[in-house]
Amino acid sequence: MIHLGTEPLDVSAIMKHASDVTNGAIVTFLGTTRNHSEGRQVLRLEYEAYEPMARQELQKIVQAVERKWGLRHISIAHRFGNVELGEASLVVAVGSAHRAESFAACQFIVDNIKKTVPIWKKEIFADGEAWVGI
Amino acid sequence: MWITIKLFAYYRDLAGTSSFAINVPVNATVSDLCTQIRQQYHRLPKEPYSLLVAVNHEYAETSHRLVEGDEVALIPPVSGGSA
Repeated sequence: MIHLGTEPLDVSAIMKHASDVTNGAIVTFLGTTRNHSEGRQVLRLEYEAYEPMARQELQKIVQAVERKWGLRHISIAHRFGNVELGEASLVVAVGSAHRAESFAACQFIVDNIKKTVPIWKKEIFADGEAWVGI
Repeated sequence: MWITIKLFAYYRDLAGTSSFAINVPVNATVSDLCTQIRQQYHRLPKEPYSLLVAVNHEYAETSHRLVEGDEVALIPPVSGGSA
């Protein structure tokens, strides 16, 4: 399942899509808004997405996981718009028969999202703001 | 031929718009388009093209030939974070 939206993410619902009675493990990752960045205090994050392409690139990552590990119970949700401190902008849940595959696949998904998916993050500080990656 | 350019994040802030139409010669490549954009829209970054470009939602090489009506997105660096 792939979900993109501005509303707070429902972690249980996202995990449910990765669960199946054939799985002995579900690994879930949450990317959350941290209150500091390079010594500066962060008030919140703002995410922007090129939605149609982001969906396609997420789909490609899911297909890569299917080819690499044979896993089919994969759930990715990314929020855009404002994400407050402690809230999740990204939830990835992967189910597998044994835990090694879902740990590895979850890391692979998160690492690749940050490389290829057209979603950008802006840090809002008390005294300014900056796009991450620039 | 007319191409739609889409800008996001840092590039949208620099250009002051999220989208504009541009007329390029028939058979123009992505590289030709980027050169033309940099000449016409001086506020966009002039750095050597570490910029990623997508044509109709797919990443494209600089040699990719454009066709009428293509949607070209200029993709600034994606939100990295450290592992």
